[in-house]
Amino acid sequence: MKGNTMRGTDFVTELEAAIEGAVIGRNLETLDPWLEISPDKLLETCRWLKESCEIRFDGLQCITAIDWLETDPKKAAKVEWEPHTEIVYHLWSTKARASLVLKVKLPRWKDNQPGQLPEVSSVESVWRGADWHEREVFDLSGIQFLGHPDLRRILCPEDWDGYPLRKDYEMPLEYHGMRGR
Amino acid sequence: MSQILDEDQRIIEFDVRTDEMLVNMGPQHPSTHGVLRLVLRTDGEIVSEMEPHIGYLHRCAEKIGENLTARQWIPYTDRMDYLAAMNMNLGWALTVEKLLRYQVSEKARHLRVLITELNRIASHLVGMGAYGLDLGTFSPFLYAFREREKLLDLFEEVCGARLTYSYITVGGMTADLPPGWLQRCEAFLDQFEPVIREYHTLLTTNAIFVKRTANIGVLSPEMAIDYGCTGPVLRGSGVDIDLRRDGESIYTAMYDGYAFEVAVMKNGHYPRDHEYPAVPRDAVLGDCWHRFFVRMLEVVQSMDLVRQSIDRYSQCKGPLGEPLKLAEKLPAGDAYLETECPKGQMGFYVVSDGTPIPWRVRARSSAFSNLAVSPELCRGCLIADVPAVIGSLDVVMGEIDR
Repeated sequence: MKGNTMRGTDFVTELEAAIEGAVIGRNLETLDPWLEISPDKLLETCRWLKESCEIRFDGLQCITAIDWLETDPKKAAKVEWEPHTEIVYHLWSTKARASLVLKVKLPRWKDNQPGQLPEVSSVESVWRGADWHEREVFDLSGIQFLGHPDLRRILCPEDWDGYPLRKDYEMPLEYHGMRGR
Repeated sequence: MSQILDEDQRIIEFDVRTDEMLVNMGPQHPSTHGVLRLVLRTDGEIVSEMEPHIGYLHRCAEKIGENLTARQWIPYTDRMDYLAAMNMNLGWALTVEKLLRYQVSEKARHLRVLITELNRIASHLVGMGAYGLDLGTFSPFLYAFREREKLLDLFEEVCGARLTYSYITVGGMTADLPPGWLQRCEAFLDQFEPVIREYHTLLTTNAIFVKRTANIGVLSPEMAIDYGCTGPVLRGSGVDIDLRRDGESIYTAMYDGYAFEVAVMKNGHYPRDHEYPAVPRDAVLGDCWHRFFVRMLEVVQSMDLVRQSIDRYSQCKGPLGEPLKLAEKLPAGDAYLETECPKGQMGFYVVSDGTPIPWRVRARSSAFSNLAVSPELCRGCLIADVPAVIGSLDVVMGEIDR
C-alpha cells in the first residue's frame, strides 16, 4: 500500500490473524510494498482482502508471471536464486485509492516434470476481471489456474505450441506453412 | 470458430426459423476499431451471448522488451495505443524513472503535461468521430479528423512523426519545442474552442444519436470496478477516479498546481454543466451516451490543462535537461505504475536484475479490461446495438493485443 492510507504492519498483522500462514514473506519498505502469499492460501487471502479487510481491495489491475530462469549456463552459476515462476498480483482499492502487491512463488513445472504446468488457484471468483488476465498468463507463461471457468489461449491461436514468455521458449520453425524463424 | 459453426450447421441451414443462430462480426468489420472479431449468439434480433476474439495484432511486445534496454523499448509503446502514443511513452518513461528514482526537470514536467494533454484531445477526437461512424453518421468523423490533422501537424513539428512519436523518453524528452511552436499551438486552441459546439450539435444532442446510445449498454459502477474498467468507461458510470488526481505521487506531481475538475457526474451534475447541452431524459448513468459525453468533457478539460501548461512552460527559465543514456543501468528490483491515458489506466511493470536490459516488462492494457466487460453489456441487446456498445468503450486493438 502507499499514499496516506499506509498502515503498514497493522494491516499485515490483521491479515495474519485472519488467515494463519498466509503471509510467508514481505517487503514493506520497497517502491511497491509487497507480501508473499503461500500458494494454497491465495484464494482465501484475496477474498479476505476484497471483502473483509478495512481497505477493500475491490480492483485487480494486473496479473504478471515472471519466469526466473537463467538460460546462459555461465550466468546461471552466479545467480542466487533457484529457477522458479513468480506470479504478481497488483490490487487496487477504489475507496482508499491505495494499491497492494501480492507475490506467489511456484515451481517452473509441476513436480519438476517438464510439460506439467504449475498450478495455482484462480481468483476469477473474487474479481471477474481476473478472467481475461488469467487466460493471458496461461497463454503466454503457461500457468494452470485451478477453478477458472474457461481457461484457454486468448492472444495466441488455439493450436499454438509453447509459452512465449518463458525464458527457454523457442519460436517454432514453421506454423501452418509459414516460416517462423 | 470453424468448430462452432460445424456444430451448428443444422441451425444455419434452416435459418428461416427463429432458432438460435451464430453471427460472426469481424475481424474486418469496419465498426470494430481494428481487427476485433465478435461471435454473437442470436435469437432473431436479440443477442443472447457475445464473445470477443482478440489477438490478431499480437506481437508479444513484452518478450521484445526483455531483449532491449528500457529506452529502446519506447518505440514499441508507441505501437500499443497508436492514437495516443505520447501517453504511452510517458507511462513507460515514468515507470522506469520510478525504478531509477529519477526526477525530470520542471520544464520537462510541464512540457510532458502539454504534449500528453494535446494527445488526449487527438485520441478523444478519433474516439468521437469513429463512434459516429459506428452509428452510421459520417460527418462527425470528417469534422473530428479535420481538427486532428492540425494536431498531428503540431506533433510532426515537434518530433518528425505523425503517429508513432517516441518523443517522451526515459529521463526527459528527445528534443525541445521548435521556435514559434507555442504560438501555433495557442492559435490552434483558439480556433478549436468554438468547434466543440459543432460536435455537440452533430452528436450529443442529435435525436437519432441519443436514441441509439441512451439507456444502451448500461454498466453499473460495481461491475465496472469488478472487471477493472478504467478511464472514461469507469467515469461514465459515475465513479470519481482520475489518476491525474488520485494516482501515485510520481505521476500526480506532474499536475501539481494545475486546476482541473474530474469529468464525472456528481449529485446529478457534470462539472460546469451549464456550458454544455443538458443530459437527455432517456440517458441513464453508465450507458453509452454518458461514456461518450465524459470524453467530450475531457476534451475541454485537456484544453484548459494545455493552456495552463503553456503558461508554466514558458515561465520556466532552467534547461530542459537531457534524457538518460540509451543503456542506462537499472537497479535490481521492480516498479509498477499506472497513468491516466485517454483510453483508461495504462499500467507498466518493469522487473530488473541490475542490468540495462529489463528481466521482464509488462504492459497492463486499459482497453483489454474495458473490452472484457463487453459480453456483459451486450447480453440481451439488439444486434444493431453491438457496435454502439463496443464503440462507446473506445478500444484500440494495438493496445489490447500488444
